[in-house]
Amino acid sequence: MTGAPRLPVFQATGITKVYRMGEVEVRALRGVDVTFREGEFVVLLGPSGSGKSTLLNVLGGLDVPTAGSVRWRDHDLAVPDEALLTRYRRDHVGFVFQFYNLVPSLTARENVALAAEIARRPMTPEEALGLVGLSDRLDHFPAQLSGGEQQRVAIARAVVKRPDVLLCDEPTGALDAATGRLVLEVLAKVNRDLGTTTVVITHNASIAGMADRVLLLRDGLVVQEQLNAARKAPQEIAW
Amino acid sequence: MKVRALDRKLLRDLWHLRVQAAAVALLTACGVATFVGSVTTWRALQRSQAGYYADHRFPDLFAEVRRAPGPLAARLAALPGVAEVEARLGAYGTLELERAAGASITARLISQPPGGSRLDRLHLRTGRGPARPGEAAVGEGFARAWRIAPGDALAVLVNGRREQLTVVGVAVSPGTIYAIRPGDIFPDDRHFAVVWVDEATLAAALDLTGAWNEVGLVLAPGAGAPEVVARVDRLLAAAGGGGAYGRDRHVSHRFLTDEIRQLKAMAAVIPSIFIGVATFIVSLVLSRLVATQRAQIGMLKALGWSGAQVAGHYAGMVAGMALAGGAVGIGGGLAMGQWMAGVYARYYRLPELRFEGDLPVVALALALALGAALLGAAGAVWRALELPPAEAMRPAAPPTYRPGLLERLGLTRWLSQPGRMVVRGLSRRPLRAALAALGLSMAVAVLQISDFTEGATSLILRRELEEGQRHDLSVTFTQPRGPAALAELRALPGVLAVEGVRDVPVVLHHGHRSYRTGLRGVEPGARLGRLVAADGQVVPVPPSGLVVSRQLAGLLAVEPGGVITAEVTEGRRPVLALPVEATVDDFLGAGATMARAALSASLGEGPLATGAWLAIDPARAGEVRARLAARPGVLGATWRAATVASVRAILDELMVTYMAVIGLLASGIAAGVVYNTARIAWAEREPELSTLRVIGFTRGETWRIVAGEVLALLVVALPLGAVLGVLAVRGVAAAMSNDLFRIPAVVGRGEVAYAAGLTTAVTLAVTLLALRWVARLDLVGSLDRRD
Ligand SMILES: Nc1ncnc2c1ncn2[C@@H]1O[C@H](COP(=O)(O)OP(=O)(O)OP(=O)(O)O)[C@@H](O)[C@H]1O
Ligand SMILES: [Mg+2]
Repeated sequence: MTGAPRLPVFQATGITKVYRMGEVEVRALRGVDVTFREGEFVVLLGPSGSGKSTLLNVLGGLDVPTAGSVRWRDHDLAVPDEALLTRYRRDHVGFVFQFYNLVPSLTARENVALAAEIARRPMTPEEALGLVGLSDRLDHFPAQLSGGEQQRVAIARAVVKRPDVLLCDEPTGALDAATGRLVLEVLAKVNRDLGTTTVVITHNASIAGMADRVLLLRDGLVVQEQLNAARKAPQEIAW
Repeated sequence: MKVRALDRKLLRDLWHLRVQAAAVALLTACGVATFVGSVTTWRALQRSQAGYYADHRFPDLFAEVRRAPGPLAARLAALPGVAEVEARLGAYGTLELERAAGASITARLISQPPGGSRLDRLHLRTGRGPARPGEAAVGEGFARAWRIAPGDALAVLVNGRREQLTVVGVAVSPGTIYAIRPGDIFPDDRHFAVVWVDEATLAAALDLTGAWNEVGLVLAPGAGAPEVVARVDRLLAAAGGGGAYGRDRHVSHRFLTDEIRQLKAMAAVIPSIFIGVATFIVSLVLSRLVATQRAQIGMLKALGWSGAQVAGHYAGMVAGMALAGGAVGIGGGLAMGQWMAGVYARYYRLPELRFEGDLPVVALALALALGAALLGAAGAVWRALELPPAEAMRPAAPPTYRPGLLERLGLTRWLSQPGRMVVRGLSRRPLRAALAALGLSMAVAVLQISDFTEGATSLILRRELEEGQRHDLSVTFTQPRGPAALAELRALPGVLAVEGVRDVPVVLHHGHRSYRTGLRGVEPGARLGRLVAADGQVVPVPPSGLVVSRQLAGLLAVEPGGVITAEVTEGRRPVLALPVEATVDDFLGAGATMARAALSASLGEGPLATGAWLAIDPARAGEVRARLAARPGVLGATWRAATVASVRAILDELMVTYMAVIGLLASGIAAGVVYNTARIAWAEREPELSTLRVIGFTRGETWRIVAGEVLALLVVALPLGAVLGVLAVRGVAAAMSNDLFRIPAVVGRGEVAYAAGLTTAVTLAVTLLALRWVARLDLVGSLDRRD
């Protein structure tokens, strides 16, 4: 995919997000303009509280901005329409979070099937778990899996629907270096094999080497943008 | 001041849990109210009864004989174990009252000695007791029904003589609390009167001057009733009549005591259901609270709070809910008890109602409510007490799941993932799921109990008044009349058929048991009045011998093949020996029936009838009515349709309120159980449900998981409730049955469908609430949760 001209899929202009807590207003985003392209691997960096998660949630249709416009292809993500946003998440978005958020009462296979069952053209849960290297853990419950394994199940659950967008909020935040690399490898592989637009939030600046593009946020604004000529392999990343 | 901070937390937690806390308080209030209400009513009635008996000297033993010479009473008094004896005269007659012209009124006549009786004394409502010949006191029920006051005139026909009497007082007595005409099923104050008359007057009328035929005995302290009964029976053998019996077989005592016994059963059953459900909800709410507050508990302990202080904190929260509910319940219960006891006292015409605040009952109710709530909280409080602080501060490990039994059987293979979440959620906490299902099934059972009374009375009415009595009109003659009277009736235009009936008042004896009732003679092939058993079978009347109701057979301990001695209490008062041919397992009354011809032959009289059943051409009903009214030999005529309508009206009036109240209570139970089960299922599932929403499940799809859990419980609860309901209905039916009614334990498809339908409706309504919870899910916030 590298080399081919990439079409913009996300287009956000002037998005602001204000949280009102009684008297106090917190401006989490203060006019962010940003574009993401098809198949791109983007890393978001920035200090705590800079608005990374807020931006990701807006892109994923979990939250709507207070002002500004944001579109994914022909979907308007700035309109607070629950049903439309649910539809969008269901058909196009895969999420991965720091704390896995697996359903404890379902096995690995069933957690993945949970997403597959409501998707339009999913792969089989076995395929998705194969992709993350967990073919031998299909019938384990979350309590019987390590943290890294749980996170890979969460990735499998995110990719089983063949999403157009994969959004990851600190996916390696709770993992050690070796496990973290394993997870990053899976993300890179999904991005490469499925051409999924991938946005990853991290506090580990060295992960930025994996990305096509790195955005740095500070105080609710994108303050710096860096294009990588060549992407590093996850194994090369220092932790 | 650490305590204040912790107390503030307690108040905030309570506020946060206000709906659940209110549910617990409400259920506790219902439980305490029904408990205090029925126990205080029961105790008030018992005290009132005991006080009434003591003040008015209700005897311990009774006997009725045909004729005993006066001095025999003194010999009875001399028997060991007998403290006091009073002999008197008693008889049944017909009463005439000018303002009740045409009504057929039976009078129970009781003599009063010159200075007033020493035992079973009158309690005068107005006026005084009879002191001179020609004076009478009448029972309060009858006096009210006809608005009789001292000064009114009436006449009684007894033993073929007519006595003109002047009313001097209106009274009640312990022996006539439940006043009913022998052979009747319901008290009928308009057609049955208790009349106390001067001893000399009654003796003259009965040809019993210097003799007596009824006696009451008071036992000496410590005397054994059975031995005294045996001694009395030996002395009375020559006087003829049945043996002596205790209060337990005295009709009036028995009815009141039965009622008190039923109240006592009520006082145990209904409150237990409420308190049980409250206990369950407390256990749900508190385990959830302790689970979500793990970290807080750890923090409190790390700060230096002792385990006992922390446990006390949670126990205090529960005690608060229970005591709040208990306080409301006590107020309501005392009001309810006072009201109910008042209703009973009026119904039974008790001279005074001894309702007391009953501090021990109130204290017991509170203790029960508090104990039940703490029991419900025990598990969770124990966990809070035991939690090591270091562990509590770490996030809880993901709960462990294992494929359950259902899955090992392969029964869940076809379930979707949300379906599996439901099944595994339930099977992970089987006890809780079972208790929740049990709670829901209680609602189903309570509804069945409430509905069963309707079904039972309908069945009784159908069997007894529709299939049994098929005449349009029942006519009573002024005196027994021959075939010509029946032929005259048959000749009236509009009369389609006539069947004669001979009713004879009797005391039936078998062994040492006796029972005063009516003996009825009918045509063996009668079509207008039949004996119909509970199952709808028609029991034919044999050409000779008796058919007795199952109740009567039980009271006399007689079976087909046995012989009953029937002592006729009118006319020449013959004593007949009648073989029992069959029993009829019917619902109402304790009577005996035989062929009219055989009865006439036994009585040594011609083919006489005391009344007749008529089939009428409906188009000419008015005409028949007018002609009957003009016939001098006809005392009264009762239209069956009117009887059915009035019985129905009374029952319907009672049922409607009763059903509404029980329906409300049961719906409350169902709603409480469902709400709390759903709420807890929700709270535990909130993180994973928001994950589902994040990955694209719609609100409806997410809601179905919560709803699925509740509906799964419902699926178990409905059949379980149906079975519990049947058992409960049997118990209630048995408790409500007495000598005269046998209440069938009717649980038809309709009753079950109603109970299941209403429970399902309430469940669905509450489950719909969960849609709002789903809509309010905080998708973004939930992603940071570590559990
Ligand atoms: N629900 C909320 N209510 C109020 N303020 C919020 C809320 N969510 C986020 N904020 C505030 O918005 C700002 C941006 O938060 P955001 O979570 O986007 O930061 P972040 O860059 O993801 O930080 P971190 O790296 O710590 O996760 C912060 O100041 C935060 O306190
Ligand atoms: Mg963040």
